Amino acid sequence: MEALWLSMKLAASVAGILLVIGMPVAYWLAFSSWRGKFLLESVVALPLVLPPTVLGFYALVAMGPRGPLGKLWIALFGHGLAFTFGGLILASVLYSFPFAVQPLIASFEGVDRRLLDASAVLGSGSLRTFWRVILPLSLPGVVTAAVLSFAHTLGEFGVVLMVGGNLAGVTRTVSIDIYDHVQSLEYGEANRMALVLLVISFAVLSFVYAVNRRVWTPWPAK
Amino acid sequence: MASEVNSKMLRARLRKERRSAGAPCFTLDVSVEVSPGITILFGASGAGKSTLLDCLAGLARTDEGRIAIGNDVLFDSAAGVHVPAPKRRIAYVFQTLALFPHLSAEENVAYGLRGFPEAERQGRVEAILQAFRVEKLRRQKPGEISGGERQRIALARSLVTEPRALLLDEPLTGLDAELKAAIVDDLRAWNTAKEIPVLYVTHSRDEVDALGERVIALDNGRVASSGAPMEVLNAPRRKKLAQAAGFENLLSATVLDLREADGVMRVRLGQSACEIEVPLGYAVAGSRVQVAVRAGDILLATERPHGLSARNVVDGRIVSLEQRGTIVIARVDCGVTFVVHVTPGAVRALELTAGRPVWLVLKTHSCHLVD
Repeated sequence: MEALWLSMKLAASVAGILLVIGMPVAYWLAFSSWRGKFLLESVVALPLVLPPTVLGFYALVAMGPRGPLGKLWIALFGHGLAFTFGGLILASVLYSFPFAVQPLIASFEGVDRRLLDASAVLGSGSLRTFWRVILPLSLPGVVTAAVLSFAHTLGEFGVVLMVGGNLAGVTRTVSIDIYDHVQSLEYGEANRMALVLLVISFAVLSFVYAVNRRVWTPWPAK
Repeated sequence: MASEVNSKMLRARLRKERRSAGAPCFTLDVSVEVSPGITILFGASGAGKSTLLDCLAGLARTDEGRIAIGNDVLFDSAAGVHVPAPKRRIAYVFQTLALFPHLSAEENVAYGLRGFPEAERQGRVEAILQAFRVEKLRRQKPGEISGGERQRIALARSLVTEPRALLLDEPLTGLDAELKAAIVDDLRAWNTAKEIPVLYVTHSRDEVDALGERVIALDNGRVASSGAPMEVLNAPRRKKLAQAAGFENLLSATVLDLREADGVMRVRLGQSACEIEVPLGYAVAGSRVQVAVRAGDILLATERPHGLSARNVVDGRIVSLEQRGTIVIARVDCGVTFVVHVTPGAVRALELTAGRPVWLVLKTHSCHLVD
């Protein structure tokens, strides 16, 4: 159960961080007219196609005591980043980035441009327009982004194994735990954890689809 | 008085190119002056009306020119001035209205009132909701409100901020005439007190007649003409404008001879034998001209009329009758086909049917020359 708690903690932190970082990135990608935008779009989508081991490998190298990130971390906090919970969060943020940013872009782009124009001629700058118009109208997208990055982080395996290793209570998440149980032929234990993950994932996805089909929305549909 | 009018006038001279795949595909190049009161901006779709409004409001980047209200410069390419949209204090009601769907009517109206003490905010919202007769809907969301009332709320939202000019992009489309007139009356009443320049886009003739003090006609990105509504719309010098202004009959004709002393000339319509007299234009015998006639300006008779001042009586045969709302559109073949509007009552009284021979009566000055 320690593993499940750890996974939940990891997933919640990652989802929270991704919302904060994802919103400005998604805003920029949705509204910028810069020609080179496709480059950043590709970078954002990269974790979708890369094997988690590749991403994990580079993250590990960067976080290692001789990597740039690792050096910086040691200088700041006096200990390394690899094989810690903090390192795990960082790698997971990278890995789940597209799952937060893509739904945000889609929902920002879905807001009628004339509403933004209306806000501008009524005297509001872009920041106020974002808080008062774009964000409230993108709420289903924000919920989707949070839930998807949570669920995706919950289920990750390769990145965690590369960056976090398998330290009980520090980096041993549910998916690693299941793998461990199977390796030691404890199928009963493995099944119990797997089932928990299956049920959680199903519940989370049902929630996302319900929100996007507007089964539930904060205001009545027009 | 004159200086007071000038200090509120919206003046713009601007140029904007719209590009598609790098090549300019449309150029707006206009100079307009909008004094306090309602000025109609008239033109076919694609003439550049919305682009002009977007430039004035600061929503679209103007390539070059100058925009000012009174002495306050909002845009000047030469001086490098570009006041962004939120700071222009120009209100803009879009065709789609763009009410915020997640906010109530009251919250929509209060949206532009920032930095006011709460009590004043409330007072202003209350006053404008009453002026536009929508105070009962304050708690409703736009999705729960009917068309005409949404339009009233959009107007209230724009005007509550006391803007220096108001841009209206066909804000009353889709409303019936009575409701339209009522809203226009409220708008007029409001503007008598505030006296700001209002630029009102429409391509409906009825709205021009109901509202217009002045008209600016746009065609293909340029000002085709401007002035009093009758002058601008009754002498359409451009074909597209003629169509937009409701000249249902647009016929090509050959000039036969000029009678300069009478101020008229005779023309033959199309390839037919049908000859009519039209006002004298810049033409010589043998040249080709376009003649525009409004369907509502043609009289239809079942016997050859006598003793009329109208100079043109042509005979023909009804091809079809089609009722649309309260008018019947009659197509009459006189060698060329004329479209004539008659009332359903006239159709019954004259027993008009397809195939029936009729005479059409056209006043010389109902025939307009178009180039």
